[in-house]
Amino acid sequence: MKAILSVIGQDKIGIIAQVSNLLAKKEINILDVSQTIMEKEFVMMMSLEIPQNADFQSLTESFNKLGKELEVEINLRNSKIYEAMHTLD
Amino acid sequence: MDSQQIFETSHMISSENLDIRTITMGISLLDCIDSDSDRACQKIYDKITNKAKDLVKVGKEIETEYGIPIANKRITVTPISLIAAASGDHDYVKYAKALDRAAKTLGVDFIGGFSALVQKGFQTGDEVLINSLPQALAETNYVCASVNVGSTRSGINMDAVKKMGQIVVDSANLDYMTNTKLVVFCNAVEDNPFMAGGFHGVSEPDVVINVGVSGPGVVKTALEKVAGESMDVVAETIKKTAFKVTRMGQLVGSVAAEKLGVPFGIVDLSLAPTAAAGDSVAEVLEEIGVSQVGAHGTTAALAMLNDAVKKGGLMACNHVGGLSGAFIPVSEDAGMIKAVESGALNISKLEAMTAVCSVGLDMIAIPGDTSPATISGMIADEAAIGMINNKTTAVRVIPVPGKKIGETVEFGGLLGHAPIMAVSNETSDKLINRGGLIPAPVHSFKN
Repeated sequence: MKAILSVIGQDKIGIIAQVSNLLAKKEINILDVSQTIMEKEFVMMMSLEIPQNADFQSLTESFNKLGKELEVEINLRNSKIYEAMHTLD
Repeated sequence: MDSQQIFETSHMISSENLDIRTITMGISLLDCIDSDSDRACQKIYDKITNKAKDLVKVGKEIETEYGIPIANKRITVTPISLIAAASGDHDYVKYAKALDRAAKTLGVDFIGGFSALVQKGFQTGDEVLINSLPQALAETNYVCASVNVGSTRSGINMDAVKKMGQIVVDSANLDYMTNTKLVVFCNAVEDNPFMAGGFHGVSEPDVVINVGVSGPGVVKTALEKVAGESMDVVAETIKKTAFKVTRMGQLVGSVAAEKLGVPFGIVDLSLAPTAAAGDSVAEVLEEIGVSQVGAHGTTAALAMLNDAVKKGGLMACNHVGGLSGAFIPVSEDAGMIKAVESGALNISKLEAMTAVCSVGLDMIAIPGDTSPATISGMIADEAAIGMINNKTTAVRVIPVPGKKIGETVEFGGLLGHAPIMAVSNETSDKLINRGGLIPAPVHSFKN
């Protein structure tokens, strides 16, 4: 399943490193990364391929935990929610 | 995927209270009819708990996978007056309890359909159901009830209007919270996923999934960006925002329907507030330009908002239904509560506003000593607005015994809190005591 990981918050050293590290640990492949500053906030989007048998609940919990440590908001969502909202097919 | 768009969606969910208000499974109970009421109740319990056994689980899965909160999981059933009539019982409290048990087993938030449709007249089951309402609602936790007393096609059943005024008072005397679970409708719709007025109409499929979306916070934020611009821009902004919000409802509804193996019914395009700050329809109206809801111009702003929400949402999903529009409950909307407390908003203005928006006088707390005829008068007025304007209207007023104007009552949860509002001191007794049927208006002859 394709998913989008978004990281939003105050910029600081090590956000990309730690998020990527956790993804590698969970054996999740990164398909695309973009990072920018929007409305004065650090904004990173990662497009990911989540293995079919992955436990979404525990993945979400891991990223919530990391988000708390880094003091940023991390959300992992099925990419369909973004497509539904912004594209007509 | 554009990162600006992802950012926008994330922001709507995290900071602007965007949520799916409800996934509602409609279940027909017509095949549960039995002359033995114990057997009928068992069949009802079995069918509901079987068909909806995965509803809460699937709802939670979607919340996790898509990261969009789903505030409520609910069930609607065929109006119980139709199901229970075969039994010859003298009250239907037993049926309400069967629904309540099923809801509790499943872990859903509400079950709607303890309902009767009496717009043109009473059948035996209707009268029994209506008489059972106070006790049925007082002795259950999850059951929601509605009574349709009028329609554009058939007029207004004034005997039912009179009766419902008395029922509201009797219910309040047992427990004022019962009236938060009771709606009196005109032109009730069969696929409405919103409570307390949701029921599963007889023309619906056996089982169906309907979805109600929300998002006043998102609309307000979008409008903040067009401050000072013309109404054309405001309407266009609301349309575009409603489109996006509704697309989310369409996605969640179709995923839920697929996972549950049930057809997907409708998306109810609504702006439903919560008592949380930043999730208020009143604040949207204030953003459009009135200093506080209730000011002159409020009705115009609401009419435009309601229409723009529909225009934006219509293209976003396959099937639109339910009540579709902006809800203006008092207790559930932080901005409405504030406007009542400051004296800017009264029941007369709310009544005017109901002529141009979804539903009607909703979640309004009134003094405990309000007479049944006065409540019937309010019901008659709202039903008339619905009947003449070919729209759904409803009354959900809550007399609170022992409370006077200006005091506050706490309902808890999504229901919020409400200041006790003033009702007219003049009496409606003579009007209400006439009974009979207000004939259908001439524009019902549209064939």
